[in-house]
Amino acid sequence: MNDSFAVDLIANSLQYGTPLLFAALGELLAERSGVLNLGVEGMMLVGAVMGFWAVQRLDGPTGAVLLTAVLVAALAGALMALVHAFLVVTLRASQIVSGLALTIFAGALGLSSYLGNDLDLAGAPAEHAFSPLDLFGLGDLPLVGPIVFDQNALVYVSWALVAAVGFYLARTRPGLNLRAVGESPAAADAMGISVTGYRYAHTLAGGALAGIGGATFSLAITPQWVDGLTGGSGWIAIALVIFAFWRADLCLVGAYIFGAFSYLPLKLQSQGVTIAPELLQSLPYVMTVLVLVLVSSGFAKRRLGAPAALGVPYLREEG
Amino acid sequence: VRIERRLERARWLNVAVPVGSIAFAFAVMALVLLATGHDPGFTYRRLLDSAFFADGAISQTLTSATPLAFTGLAAAAAFRMQLFNIGGEGQLYAGAIGGAAVALLLGGAVSTPVHVLLMSLAGAAGGAALALVPAVLRAFLRTNEIITSLMLNYVTALLLNYLIFGSQSFWRDTSTPEARVFPQGKALPDSAAWPAAALDLGRPILVPLGFLLALGLALGLWFVYGRTRFGFEVQVIGDSPRAARYAGMRTRRKILAVMGLSGAVAGLGGASQDGDFRHQLDARGLTQASYGYTGIVVAALGRYNPFAVCLVAFLLGGLQNAGYTLQGADFPSGLVGVMQGIILFSTLGGELLIRYRVRVGRGLRRGHPSPEPAR
Repeated sequence: MNDSFAVDLIANSLQYGTPLLFAALGELLAERSGVLNLGVEGMMLVGAVMGFWAVQRLDGPTGAVLLTAVLVAALAGALMALVHAFLVVTLRASQIVSGLALTIFAGALGLSSYLGNDLDLAGAPAEHAFSPLDLFGLGDLPLVGPIVFDQNALVYVSWALVAAVGFYLARTRPGLNLRAVGESPAAADAMGISVTGYRYAHTLAGGALAGIGGATFSLAITPQWVDGLTGGSGWIAIALVIFAFWRADLCLVGAYIFGAFSYLPLKLQSQGVTIAPELLQSLPYVMTVLVLVLVSSGFAKRRLGAPAALGVPYLREEG
Repeated sequence: VRIERRLERARWLNVAVPVGSIAFAFAVMALVLLATGHDPGFTYRRLLDSAFFADGAISQTLTSATPLAFTGLAAAAAFRMQLFNIGGEGQLYAGAIGGAAVALLLGGAVSTPVHVLLMSLAGAAGGAALALVPAVLRAFLRTNEIITSLMLNYVTALLLNYLIFGSQSFWRDTSTPEARVFPQGKALPDSAAWPAAALDLGRPILVPLGFLLALGLALGLWFVYGRTRFGFEVQVIGDSPRAARYAGMRTRRKILAVMGLSGAVAGLGGASQDGDFRHQLDARGLTQASYGYTGIVVAALGRYNPFAVCLVAFLLGGLQNAGYTLQGADFPSGLVGVMQGIILFSTLGGELLIRYRVRVGRGLRRGHPSPEPAR
């Protein structure tokens, strides 16, 4: 039963959805503060290459090395986000152009490629990689075994993160402040909340999570480094945030749906089914457009809409 | 330190900021190169050599610059109205598909001028049709055009791959056994090859017809945006949608027109790819080049001025061309992308200097109204 098509598909959708989930949660935090960051793809790639660098160069027990590698990836992603935050929060540059610049700067033809080449990482197999944990020895249970109990550690971390982000936004004082900053920075400022501080902090957090998302590729899914390893996942993650109406729990659902679409073509090909993979691969993008149209209709906008100040720079005298 | 809005924008800053940005990018990159054990002087000499000074370098640079001029103009046309069409990438593919279809349908039966004309029209129509999807959604359902145009890039890229790699389509070459194993586009008829103008400025330079077309388009865009009522209204809508509405301007129509125009320009770039350079529907080449995204960099660097866009396209084209020719062991990969990124970052930062004045020392006390009218 555990070898069946459905179980295999679901288990792998979780695996392929995890980098999307990390990156989308990060982007969600940034967007909730009013900062749109289109540089996710670039941040993911730099996270992926630096995380991989860490596992190749560090000695020690696998667990410790992997933990360090994830932290290195997060730091690298956050550093990339810092450039964006400085430009759009402090210098009030266009968020769209700055985000695109970040993807060009850091992306497949930029810094990540430079680092991968200069640190001589391409082509080598990983020294350490995340493997399925077989939690409590329950990995052989029918149905739920492979899906719930036999994933790698990053999958479980991402679940904890969904709960944490959801709780943070809905139930904590800083989360409430964050939403205020994203909805009405002038009002938040008048309440004594530091708009600049919140925007910096959450853009950086977003970069760190994007870095971890990228490292999920280079440390777990395909443990190696090649230029352009993430293959456009960063853009899907941005779409996913909208798809999920800026909510953490829906990010999880969306990430796994999109993960299924990236795994399904591989799976079908190995089964000898002849359906154009391009058709399946285009579904996430088409679905995002459809969802976006629904979201922007009047009712949905009032109930579920984007943070009102998303993309708008805040200057006290002009607010 | 205080930051306040400038009443008048200093004109010299419009030139100084981009030039300073490029110099800054070269300086920062030199530090990165030094830190990673490369010799910046040597690397830069090779870069400039293969971009502008070596034999045939200018012709190659024009080849790289042509698509960037089209996508740059496309982005500039839309961004002027604060319409963020980042779908230039997909619109260029759509134009390439349309242009190649026309060239293949007409075959060798018609002369080159007819090919050029009809391929251009088909390319522009393809790009415009794709751009109208986000435009209609934006105009009538208020759907954010950034994400929809971005998503369509991926859909169109997949369509392009499907036409060449995933199916036995009209565009795919199936004439020989090798072509069935290694999929590629059907070769366009010889008469569909766009001519290039040969210039002799000390050494021969080939100017592709596409680049001349782009210069013509730049002139046209400058006229439309700078000298017509349409352009004025577009500017007002971009600066203040509310003022435009009170003045009775028809925002919806403008959204459709501007997005259609932007898409048509990008689509024309796709047709130029078919006719000027690739002579087939080159799915892999087009999707790996990311002309559309670089075009946004070009537009931003040119500050959305059509002529400046063409100049920037030429300079960045040189950088890209050097990147392609120098790929190898002793030339750091990714250098070109990093430099483009830094140039763009510093231009964006420099915008602050153009729009705002930075005052050091005691300015107005907080709480007093600003002397300038709030926006």
